[in-house]
Parts: sequence; C-alpha cells; structure tokens
Amino acid sequence: MAIEQIKMPQLGESVTEGTISNWLVKVGDRVNKYDPLAEVMTDKVNAEVPSSYSGVIKELIAAEGDTIAVGEIICSIETEGGEVVTAEAPAVESKPEALEGTADSVSAAVRPNKARYSPAVLKLSQEHGIDLTRVSGTGAGGRITRKDVLQWISAAGEKAAAPAAGQAVSQEKGQSAVLNQPAAVPAANVPLAAGDIEIPVTGIRKAIAANMVRSKHEVPHAWMMVEVDATNLVEYRNSIKDEFKEKEGFNLTFFAFFVKAVAQGLKEFPQMNSMWAGDKIIRKKDINISIAVATDDALFVPVIKNADEKTIKGIAREISELAVKVRNGKLKAEDMQGGTFTVNNTGSFGSVQSMGIINYPQAAILQVESIVKRPVVMNDSMIAVRDMVNLCMSLDHRVLDGLVCGRFLARVKEIIENMSKSTISIY
Amino acid sequence: MTEKRHEVLGLSDEKVLEMYETMLLARRIDERMWLLNRAGKIPFVISCQGQEAAQVGAAFALDREKDYVLPYYRDMGVVLTFGMTPRELMLSGFAKHEDPNSGGRQMPGHFGQKKNRIVTGSSPVTTQVPHAVGVALAGKMEKKDFVSFVSFGEGSSNQGDFHEGANFAGVHKLPVIFMCENNKYAISVPIEKQLACEKVSDRAIGYGMPGFTVDGNDPLEVYKVVREAAERGRRGEGPTLIETVSYRLTPHSSDDDDRSYRAPDEVAKAKTQDPIITFGAYLKETDVMTNELEKEINHRVMKMVNEATDYAENAPYAAPEDALKYVYGN
Amino acid sequence: MAVISYIDAVTMAIREEMERDPKVFVLGEDVGKKGGVFKATQGLYEQFGEERVIDTPLAESAIAGVGIGAAMYGMRPIAEMQFADFIMPAVNQIISEAAKIRYRSNNDWNCPLVIRAPYGGGVHGALYHSQSVEAVFAHQPGLKIVMPSTPYDVKGLLKAAIRDNDPVLFFEHKRAYRLIKGEVPAEDYTLPIGKADVKREGEDITVITYGLCVHFALQAAEKLAGDGISSHILDLRTVYPLDKEAIIEAAAKTGKVLLVTEDNKEGSIIGEVAAIIAEHCLFDLDAPIKRLAGPDVPAMPYAPTMEKFFMVHPEKIEKAMRELAEF
Repeated sequence: MAIEQIKMPQLGESVTEGTISNWLVKVGDRVNKYDPLAEVMTDKVNAEVPSSYSGVIKELIAAEGDTIAVGEIICSIETEGGEVVTAEAPAVESKPEALEGTADSVSAAVRPNKARYSPAVLKLSQEHGIDLTRVSGTGAGGRITRKDVLQWISAAGEKAAAPAAGQAVSQEKGQSAVLNQPAAVPAANVPLAAGDIEIPVTGIRKAIAANMVRSKHEVPHAWMMVEVDATNLVEYRNSIKDEFKEKEGFNLTFFAFFVKAVAQGLKEFPQMNSMWAGDKIIRKKDINISIAVATDDALFVPVIKNADEKTIKGIAREISELAVKVRNGKLKAEDMQGGTFTVNNTGSFGSVQSMGIINYPQAAILQVESIVKRPVVMNDSMIAVRDMVNLCMSLDHRVLDGLVCGRFLARVKEIIENMSKSTISIY
Repeated sequence: MTEKRHEVLGLSDEKVLEMYETMLLARRIDERMWLLNRAGKIPFVISCQGQEAAQVGAAFALDREKDYVLPYYRDMGVVLTFGMTPRELMLSGFAKHEDPNSGGRQMPGHFGQKKNRIVTGSSPVTTQVPHAVGVALAGKMEKKDFVSFVSFGEGSSNQGDFHEGANFAGVHKLPVIFMCENNKYAISVPIEKQLACEKVSDRAIGYGMPGFTVDGNDPLEVYKVVREAAERGRRGEGPTLIETVSYRLTPHSSDDDDRSYRAPDEVAKAKTQDPIITFGAYLKETDVMTNELEKEINHRVMKMVNEATDYAENAPYAAPEDALKYVYGN
Repeated sequence: MAVISYIDAVTMAIREEMERDPKVFVLGEDVGKKGGVFKATQGLYEQFGEERVIDTPLAESAIAGVGIGAAMYGMRPIAEMQFADFIMPAVNQIISEAAKIRYRSNNDWNCPLVIRAPYGGGVHGALYHSQSVEAVFAHQPGLKIVMPSTPYDVKGLLKAAIRDNDPVLFFEHKRAYRLIKGEVPAEDYTLPIGKADVKREGEDITVITYGLCVHFALQAAEKLAGDGISSHILDLRTVYPLDKEAIIEAAAKTGKVLLVTEDNKEGSIIGEVAAIIAEHCLFDLDAPIKRLAGPDVPAMPYAPTMEKFFMVHPEKIEKAMRELAEF
C-alpha cells in the first residue's frame, strides 16, 4: 500500500494551469489505472484527467472551480500492492567519441597571459603612464584586466595623497608621478569632410581633457540644486555698485557675494571642504575657493585663498585681478594651487542649470546660475516678481552624502537670502 | 449472410482479420496516448482515429517487402502495417532514446524507419510529396518495381509541394500513389473552405493521372483502389491520385478543442460510421469473426498496448549531449 | 596540365562522377538537351541520356524535393537551380527537409544531395540574376555550403560534394564561369569540404574572402606588392561550416584583417568570420576587423552605374587593403 499523488497535467503546449470543472470520483471510490478522475478546463482544451494508478481515492485536494498550476497535486490515491512506481526515466549515457566533430573544436588553450594586453588595458596604461610590468594580473593565466589597471590607478592616487595628510594637499601633488601624463585623445575615427578644421590638441586643452576624464572616470558624481531668492541681494548690490566702482576701481560682482556665502557655509560645514584619499578622507583646514575663469578656448581655475577670512570687497578684488591675469596670460601656477572647493559662475553665460564636473581631488563644485526675475508665491497667498538664482552642486559621493550637502546648500541659501544692507558689510 | 467482398478482392479471412486487428491496435494505441497526455505523461498526441480503415486498407494493398511509404502524421495504421511495433510507437510518444523514428527528437507522429522503408517526415505539411516522387524516380532509374506511397490531408492538397510533386510524377510517369486522407477538416477549417472543386481527386486530371474518391471508412474499398494503383505503377503506367473520405473523430491534436468549430452532433453522427465498428460488424456478418474471436483480439491488442506503455514509460531518455549528435555523417 | 575555364571544370567534375558512379544523376530546368542556360551540363545529355540528365518541370521546390527523395533512397542527385536567385521556392525543402533529415531521424536516414546554383553579380543581371544567397542558408546546421573560386577548386570540391553523404549547396559564380581559367588535372581528385585555402602568402595584411572576390583580392595584392605591402589571402571555399582554424591562423598571422564579400554587408558570411576572429584573436589583432561588402539594399540594380556602385571590384579592395596596411 502506498499513497500516490495525481498532479495537474500540462494540457497543451503553452498551458500553465487548469481549472477543475468537476470531480468524477469521490473519496473512497475505487479506480483503475486510466479511469477518468476529473474534468479539467484549460485555455486550450477541456479534458478528462485519468488516473495513473489503480487504487482508492484518498483525498481530493483541489476543489471544483479551483485553478491549479501544472504540476500541483490535485488528489491522492491509496494504491494496492505490486504497483510499479516509476521514477522519472533515466537518460542513457552518451558515448563521447560520437560527439567528435560536432562540438566546437577550437578551444582556447590555457597559456600564460601576463604579457598579453588587451586594447583597453594598453589604452589605460598609456593614458596614465603605467608600466604594465609592475601591475599584477588577476585574469586567466595572470592576464592584466582593465579592472586591474583601474585599481592600480586608484592605489597610486592614495599613495600620493597619503603623505599629505594633516597638511595642505595641493592639487599638483594630488597628481602623482605616475599620473602626470595628460590623457591620450581617444583614437576615435572621425571622418573629415571638406571645410572641417583639424585643431591639434596640446597644452592646456590636453590638461583639461585629462583632468575632466579623470574626474568623471573616477569620481561618482551626484547632483543637487537649490533655488535661492536673491531679491534683497540684488537690491543692495545694485544700490551700491556704481559708487563702489568709482571708489575702488573694480566691479562689485554678484559672484563675490556668492563666494563669500559659500566660504561661510564651508566654515560651518567643514565636511564639504574635504578630499578623497583612497582609504581616508582628508578634511581641509583652509578654505581656498577655486573659481572657474574661461577664455575663448580654455578654462582656468585660479584660487582665492582663505576666502572665509576675506571681505566681500577683498574677494571682489581678487576675482577681478585673477580674471585679468587669465585674460592676459599672466596666471602663474601658484595662482591655481591649493583649492579646496570650486565655485563656478555659470550664470555669467546665462545658464540656469548645469552639472559641473568636480575639480579633482576636491569633493564638490558649486555652480552659481543666472539671476532671473520670476513670479514666486510668497507667504502662501501672494505672487511676487523676485530675483531668483539656482545653485547647482556636484558632489563626490564617496566623500559626501545628500544630508550634509542638503544642509550645506540650505545654509548657503539662507546666507544669500539674508544679504542686505542691514545684515552685511562689503568691507 | 452478407457477401464476402474481401474474397472478391482475393483477401483471405485471415488477411481481413489481420487488417481488423491492425486497425484496432492503431485505435487503442492512440486512445492510450490521449490518456497519457491527459495524465500529464506525454506532452502531445496527434490522432489517427477515424482514418484507420483508409490507412490499413491502403498499406495492406502495398508490397510490405519492397514498397516505400511516406506517411503523414496521422498514419499510425500505415506504419503499424509496415512493421513499426506498438512499443516503438510508445517510445516515440514518450520521446525515449530507443524511439526508432527520431531517438526522441521529434514529436510523435513524425514517422521514419529505414529498415521498413518508412521515409522520415517533418512538421511542415506536404514536403513528403516531392520526396515520394524522388524515391519513385530513383526506383525507375534503378529498374526496380516498387511503388512509392505518399499520404497527406485535404488541406495539404493545396500546398505547392503537392502540385509540383504530382506534376513531376505525371510528366515522368513515375509509380507514385498519392493518397489524400480527406477527414473534412484542416484543424478547424472545413473542406468547403479548402477546395473550390468538389473532390480532391478532381485535381488528378491536371497532372495527367487517374483520380479516385472512395469511402475511407471501408478498408476493402481503399484496398482495392490502392492495389490497382500499385499495379498500374509497377506496369510503368505512372501515378494515381486517391482520395479517401472519412472523418476526424478527435480534435486535431491534444492541444485543440474542436467544440469551437464543429457541432457535437456532427461528431456523434460520424461516430456511427466509425470504421472500427463498421468493419467489425462486416466481419461478424460474414462469420469471419465470432464474438469470442473479437474478445481474443481485443485482449491481445490491450496486452500489447499495456506492455508497450510500461516499456516505453520506463525506458531511458537520450543523454542530454545526444542533442549534438548526427548533424553530419562525416 | 590543361588550362580550362571555371564552367568547364564544373562539367568535367559532373561527367567524371557520372562515369564513376551510376547513382549520380542531374536534374533541373534546361539541363538536358540545352545543356543548361550557362552550358554547365553541356554534352551530358548526349553521353548519359535523358534518364540521367533530367529536364524537370519548372518548379524549384520539386527539383529540390524530388532530389531529396532520390537521395534518401540512395541516389546521388545533382539538382540545378537555374539562378541562385530562384532557389527561394525551394527554401522549405532545403532548410526544413534536407538540412534536418539525418538529425531528425537520429542518423537513420541521410540525404546525399548536391544543389548547384550560379550566383553573383557584375553580369548586368539586375536584382534577380545577381544575388548572393549563401547567408540565407548559412545558419542551418546539417547543410554544407561550398563556393569555390578557381577551376581547380571547382573540380575537386564538386566531386567531394557529390560523394558527400550530406546535402551540399554548391554556389558557382556566374561571372567566373568564363572569366576565370586555370590549370586542372585530368585525373580524379577531391578537395576537402570545410577547409579554407591560402591563395597567397603575406605578412602585412590578411584578406579573407571567397568566390570571385578572391581573384579581385589577388589582383589588388599584386598591385600593393609593388608598394611593398605584403598581403595574405585566405579563400574560405566552404562558407558553412566555416574553417575556424584556418580563419584564426590567417587573422593572427598579420593582425590586420579585411573581410570581403559581394553580398550585402549586414548578416553576411563575413560577419560570422568577424565573430570568430573577435572570439579568438583579441591579442593578435593590430587593427579593427574591416569589412568590405555590398551595400544594404535588397539586390543589385540593372543600370551600369548602380551595378558598379554595388559590386565589389579590385579597386575597392585595393583601397580597403591599403587603408588597412597603413593603419
């Protein structure tokens, strides 16, 4: 005696379930093998499901009207002795020799692969000036994988950053010896048509390309934006700008106010003034703000050092001087060193929203967009025309998280929105 | 007593009993396969039910030692007559390694067994028709006197391969017997939506061969017309088109529900003409088969079916890697 | 050794095989009395009679299907499709039947059928007398597809195809029929199906192609040799199944590979060749795999301007080879 189970059969090539229309047996009924047990309805057919055993119906597990998945048990049968219960039929053993000639006979023999470089590995090693003989490979046969090279680059970055802990990590130091080569321009096959001009990539352009590629490649960028009401600031600055120009001899730009606000925010949120150094994060003491200054064909990032200690006037002066230096080609290497955070005046081109690439190895870049007049709902009930500005920030998500950045931006927003004649002094 | 029509055809009592037993065997194997399908043990069945008389009548009219048959998927009666065993058919139903048709590669109903000159077939319908012509052409070139027998449904008689093959055989006067088993339905589409002419056999004249339509429920009538066709073929008089009219008693396949396209009354009526019943009645009326003999035959057939089922169910599958075998011969 | 044309090599191979084996026969449209529209079967009707050189009704599926039936019986039919472009009505017979007969019968039945068809462009044949159809059949395990380039290869490979126990599609370039001549031994020989052949040894670049394009590549290689560029040329000869070892060896030899076909580019034979190289030769490549093929338009237009634009010709190959050499 044994209890056997009857399962929902697959009735049709694409059928996955069946509904019990009605049972043709009841508990205690004696059935013979192949006697019908139930009527089953599927999407394709209506059929009688026969018994696979002779015996007595023990239990009807599915009720009439139930829809049961193929292979689920619908009832059980107590079988009489001597029933040969067959397991799933086995498969015969294949004679392997008969398979020769059908299988793919070209197999990659295992051989030492240490010195076999893929195009991707070679390209990376050239871009970063890596001696591949010094890199150990984790691929088959010791092959150096692209990932191996990327890890080597990242490790080299840490080594370079490590000794600088506790003191100023200057940007040129951040670029370690193995990384001092500019990026090789990818050999994209761009077809030339009549009238196209080929511009050789040299010097500054090459360096910009290398820095951008490196930052974008290595730093996981996240992005955030706040909207700031700068109406008070606009009023205040416009009311004094002509006088200031006359008195000081240079422009009092909005940008100076923003740099000041950011510097103050960094003072209060020192996490923002940090750098990634592989196995550690270095929080910088000095607040040195890099500002982006563009020429027709290049981009420079001179630094306003200790911006938090400077007045708005002082910052405005430095901005003006650095801009002049850039345009006259007088900018020196030291003018661009030591930046800890970048503020970019994208608003000067009329941009209202942008996603900056972080100035490596800093942790964030803030873009000050155009100040534009927009209708704004005030105090829940009134619409007013206000001077609005967006502040967009890209952050290194290895160093910073959304929470601190959100608080930082909220603080900067608050500072700017409260800038008026009565609250700040430009001197 | 009813006239012994089989004697007129030169068929002995033993021969017609053998025919009956073969028809019954085909029916019972088919019925078992449906049960196995409904029990979830085999994925697919495609039936011979209702066409056993045509199949067995035709196959008995051929020379089982030398003629070639190119059956279509319902022709269990043909392949049983030509030497395929119930066990082999069940092995095919269960897709087991020992299945001589395909080693478990093809669905059931895709017959093929070289030692019995049952030529391998596929699922796209009517492709076997030009093959039958090619076999006959080869026989003619080799100066052999075999005929090649090919069967197909009335739906298939619309395929280009039917017309191209029939024309080729007609032009070259090849010994081919084209037998259309008209069971009134191509899955769900009835004969009147398949043919503009009255009968499939009307098409014969277009290919320069005689065409006959016979009662497919009467194995003796089918036997007669196929034997005459075979004789014509052997005499070098070319091909013949034969249409056997019967009825498909089951849905198209285990995946089909025929109630959506034909009335139960129609099927019930057709079942009164079921050749197993009518031929059995003829054998009794002519005193060829007694009740006892009928019982004995039934018992023998069920024993074969049960043994075949058990054997096939327990037989091994092909090894998974066998899927790689026999793409090419060398 | 006699120098004969490509088409004469076809006729010679068939004649010798028919003489050798009474089971070999020819069937197709106009193959008998006329000797074929290209004269590929000329003289066979006279020599072997209408029983073995059979003019069939105009019905390609029957030509293939009757051939398959006879082959399953044990004959060695050579079925001719008058143009490769007209093989389409027979595709069901070739793909559903011939290709699968051995496999579906678990090795019980087989189908030793040869289907010959003239293919290729540059003969003012327009859309339906210029096509290369091999790619349609080149993912059908069970079939073999042979596309020879020289009279010597034609004879050896056609004889091998006739003796093969599986179905072989034998595509003959119709422009090569009388354009290409070469030395062919009078004696019996066969060449292995499935083996590519190095038609020129070289060091700087590898060209892998088949059919008439082999000759175009050889001409281009000759010109480039004058400029010090050494070309290695592999003739696939069998385009399905491909000779992977030979492809890998030829690609690895120079590391710069040009693949040429006169078929439309996308989905063509050379795409598969490129895949084999990409899978096996990463560390040997010195340049991206380069392909030269017909444009992806349905077929070759009739007007000479458009036909020339479509066709691969020696100048196009030379330009592509030079670019690769200079990479």
